[in-house]
Amino acid sequence: MATTLERTIEHRQQTWPAALLASQTFWVLIAVILACIFLSFATDSFATAKNLYNITRNVTFVAIIALGMTLVIITGGIDLSVGSVLCLCSMVLAVVMHAGYSIEVGIAASIGTALLIGAFNGVMIAYLGFPPFVITLGMLSIARSLAMVASNNTVVFQFGPDHDKLLALGGGAWFFGIANPVLYMIALALLTGFVLRWTKFGRYVFAIGGNEQAATLTGVPVRRIKVAVYMISALAAGIAGIIQTGWLGAVTTNIGAGMELQVIAAAVIGGANLAGGVGTASGALIGAALIEVIRNSLGLLGINAFWQGTFIGGATVLAVLFDRIRNFRQSE
Amino acid sequence: MAVLELANISKHFGAIQAVSDVSLSLEAGQVVGLMGDNGAGKSTLVKMIAGNFRPSEGTMRLDGAELVLHRPVEARKYGIEIVYQDLALCNNLTAAANVFLGRELRRGLGPLRILDHKRMYKRAGEIFRELKSETRPRDLVKQMSGGQRQAVAIARTMLSEAKIVLMDEPTAAISVRQVAEVLNLIRELRDRGIGVILISHRMPDVFDVADRVIVMRRGRKVADKPIASSSPEEVTGLITGAIEQV
Repeated sequence: MATTLERTIEHRQQTWPAALLASQTFWVLIAVILACIFLSFATDSFATAKNLYNITRNVTFVAIIALGMTLVIITGGIDLSVGSVLCLCSMVLAVVMHAGYSIEVGIAASIGTALLIGAFNGVMIAYLGFPPFVITLGMLSIARSLAMVASNNTVVFQFGPDHDKLLALGGGAWFFGIANPVLYMIALALLTGFVLRWTKFGRYVFAIGGNEQAATLTGVPVRRIKVAVYMISALAAGIAGIIQTGWLGAVTTNIGAGMELQVIAAAVIGGANLAGGVGTASGALIGAALIEVIRNSLGLLGINAFWQGTFIGGATVLAVLFDRIRNFRQSE
Repeated sequence: MAVLELANISKHFGAIQAVSDVSLSLEAGQVVGLMGDNGAGKSTLVKMIAGNFRPSEGTMRLDGAELVLHRPVEARKYGIEIVYQDLALCNNLTAAANVFLGRELRRGLGPLRILDHKRMYKRAGEIFRELKSETRPRDLVKQMSGGQRQAVAIARTMLSEAKIVLMDEPTAAISVRQVAEVLNLIRELRDRGIGVILISHRMPDVFDVADRVIVMRRGRKVADKPIASSSPEEVTGLITGAIEQV
């Protein structure tokens, strides 16, 4: 009896290959790889250094924001304001630098703006009990409007004395020819993955998404964690905005429009569950990669760009469909 | 010696008198069944011991020292652990993560301390072994049976040196076979010298595992006697009011 109990407790129900095969993220990664292999043979222009450089760089903006969004989604929330926050943070950076301040001041102002907006969203949700959907929907409108106010709805493309530094930050490739935004994305993804797996904060993010009431009863500082999560989401949007400004070399008041939906799609394709409690950093990246590969390939294969939405939407539904099928099997 | 003593405890919410003038004591290594109909005041009483409410009148003593609690989290510090009716478990986390929720073990220095998964799995496994429960620390709670989920909730109370464990309807929503498992877990706690207050509607469970039974009706304590000298019929009478008081 004692030995069987011992063996049961020590036994692992799932080995890691089994866990891998059961993960949505893994299958989406396989889909991305297969698509890339197919495109390499089907077109001459896919597997070229220039196209891969473009793809990897285009992925980053959605991916970086999806990292922050993943944390929000794990807690069971949603942040619809990220596209507008990206725009506002880009505009604050542009306007401050255009006024003659250094790049450091510009970035500090931009990051500060992001944190302030995130804190506002978080406090309204965690302390005043607003539904995340409502507050961030309001912020979607407010932040874009503030960007228009800040710039008087003009295009800013002169960034003062540190103009070249900003363009190098976003448009350069300082390391083995890999575009800078990609490096930032990888660093941020590693950081997010580490936080989720190895810190108390990460554990609490999952606990809140799993059972908020239980988290409160066991002494988890639920409200503070929620505020932090929305601040991180806005911060991710701000960082993406800064990098994107450096890459584009100009800021308009319509950048990032509709981006929140792409970001949420990326997180969900990568395995985050909108009901809360489930999500990974790698999933956010892989989901963003799948969306970008679909977009890129449609262009290369000569398919009308109007079909993009259909394919991306289809991928979102398909990814979650596999998850549903697996759940049905488990529950039987 | 009594580990917990309540003296003339009352609680009213506005004009509603939820608990009036209840005194009781709990010995170490004793299981007390707390019974009563809905609204009899048992939950309110237990919530005062757990730190959810403060008594309007009366005093509580733990090991002879006066006990004043402002928040539920404080109760833990004094060695009072609560197993909630819905168990307060996160389905998406492993058994070990649930056991250690809010009290994670970490290693490293200062702000760079990281979760010590290995030690948490090991310690959780040890506790399940002590509880003689076939529960795997690495399994997700959502894949577990009702009995295993109870084991996870009870394992939480064994992380620190608990003096008292309050259990709210631990056998309400589980299968017959699992009830036996949970009653065994309660006996394990008792054998470790922990005082257990068991709120339950289920007469057979209380008569199976408790040493004493306390019956409440309309906020008052109407019976407090050894289980051996009572009977289910008497307790039923006390709960419904057919028997006024013993």
